[in-house]
Amino acid sequence: MNEIEAAQAELIDDFRLFDNWIDRYQYIIDLGRDLPEFPADWRTEDRRIHGCQSQVWLRTDCADGRLSFAAVSDSAIVSGLIAILMRVYSGKRPEEIVAATPEFIAAIGLDAHLSPTRSNGLNSMINAIKHAAGACADAG
Amino acid sequence: MTAIPDQKKMTPTALDVDRLRQDFPILAQKINGHRLAFLDSAASSQRPQCVIDAVRHYYERDHANVHRGVHTLSHRATEAYEGAREKVRQFINAASTREIVFTRGTTDSINLLAASFGQDIEAGDEIVISHLEHHSNIVPWQMLCERTGAVLRVVPINDRGEIRMDEYLSLLGPRTRLVAISHVSNALGTINPVEQIIAAAREHSIPVLLDGAQAVPHQRVDVTALDCDFYAFSGHKMCGPTGIGVFYAKEEWLERLPPYQGGGDMILTVSFAGTTYNDLPYKFEAGTPNIAGAIGLGAAVDYLLDIGMDEIQAHESAILDYATNAVGGIDGIQLVGTAEHKAGVLSFNLDGVHPHDLGTILDHHGVAIRTGHHCAMPVMEFFGIAGTARASLAFYNCREDIDQLIEGLHLAIRMFN
Repeated sequence: MNEIEAAQAELIDDFRLFDNWIDRYQYIIDLGRDLPEFPADWRTEDRRIHGCQSQVWLRTDCADGRLSFAAVSDSAIVSGLIAILMRVYSGKRPEEIVAATPEFIAAIGLDAHLSPTRSNGLNSMINAIKHAAGACADAG
Repeated sequence: MTAIPDQKKMTPTALDVDRLRQDFPILAQKINGHRLAFLDSAASSQRPQCVIDAVRHYYERDHANVHRGVHTLSHRATEAYEGAREKVRQFINAASTREIVFTRGTTDSINLLAASFGQDIEAGDEIVISHLEHHSNIVPWQMLCERTGAVLRVVPINDRGEIRMDEYLSLLGPRTRLVAISHVSNALGTINPVEQIIAAAREHSIPVLLDGAQAVPHQRVDVTALDCDFYAFSGHKMCGPTGIGVFYAKEEWLERLPPYQGGGDMILTVSFAGTTYNDLPYKFEAGTPNIAGAIGLGAAVDYLLDIGMDEIQAHESAILDYATNAVGGIDGIQLVGTAEHKAGVLSFNLDGVHPHDLGTILDHHGVAIRTGHHCAMPVMEFFGIAGTARASLAFYNCREDIDQLIEGLHLAIRMFN
């Protein structure tokens, strides 16, 4: 099991603690409260993630064979999704990020419980992360 | 002139909402373990069993193409389709079925007018709309202006979301060719003073289009009394099927306007030397129409008239007052759109909570609302907000729906704070 698979397994286990979706949403919202700071001058057009109904910016950083990132949103639920993506992908090896399948989405049940526009937004964020990871792997 | 059919219009009596709700099979289901509180009828209403049955009956027994067959089914289909046109005529009290054009919906109706009326528009001509409009009553006119060099003039609104009549009057002038304004705002629920709007335009001999999509489900609409030139509305917001709508125009206008689309059904004769167009309203109905949709809309008209539009208006007004007081009384809630005259819509924001997040939590409490800009981005821009949460009503809503919304809002407040 690589780092991303381990992170996904841990995340899926965490969500097993809740037996209803209001509690899961509460957990997602709470995860989003602890996102690292995202300064206003990082919010540039080239960092905008399109495909989200709320506003999202993503800043990636490729160093020492790892891709790390930060992101921000005006939506509390999307902020929680960002926190989840950071747990799964941020600080991992770019080759692993590119190859990883986001199994947590179906395992947690996000695919069934997010609205189609939210699911699109989540996919747009994952695509942007994978795209940055691809560039990071090529550079390394 | 035929009078509006009997709408049980004595004194408005309380609707038996519990009984009416039983006509809507979709309302009986549970959503995420909760009773469904459907508060999104401004986006699209639900359909009673009789509308579903009318469409089904048509497909099971009567379907054939209309207007041209000699066989029994074609005759039946034509009778049902034209019967629906007569029901719609009665519903809005048009003078003749020649004035009732079936379209795909309000958007299609407005595009029809923009394309057809637009052929006579020149650079420098002016089209007057309001700041309250749905995108479907903005974009077709912007496209017309781009095409012709005409100018779009926009009537401003005040902080309550009401059209500023002084500004409207000052915008009317010798170059104004058309006034195109919503009867009821979809984003805020404002009922516009259409009688005054039409009277003022009439003084300058300017024709008026009313976008009635959010008016016809909630109140009696009488195009003859209004004396508007054009009126557009959708079937799916008034218990009818999707993909069917109405473009009403005074007969003199339909005679003058060139056809919108060419094809079968809209012609009398076709040769390569030239084509003569069909009689009204068929000149504007090219191709095989949405026969089942029209029949379903006719059934919806029957259903609404049987309840009575005045009774519907009185009931919804009471529920809207109840909701306005209950939602407006919650700490941290800002109502958006507080016009004196409103119908069907309660738009609001909760401090620090994105409308989509609110909609998500409410959905998990069984409450269906719409969140976002409601296809009225200029309205959101005016209030300096990205969007709102919008609860919208139909006659099948009851206090229990509002109570469930309030519970959901309190749940969301606990979760996000």
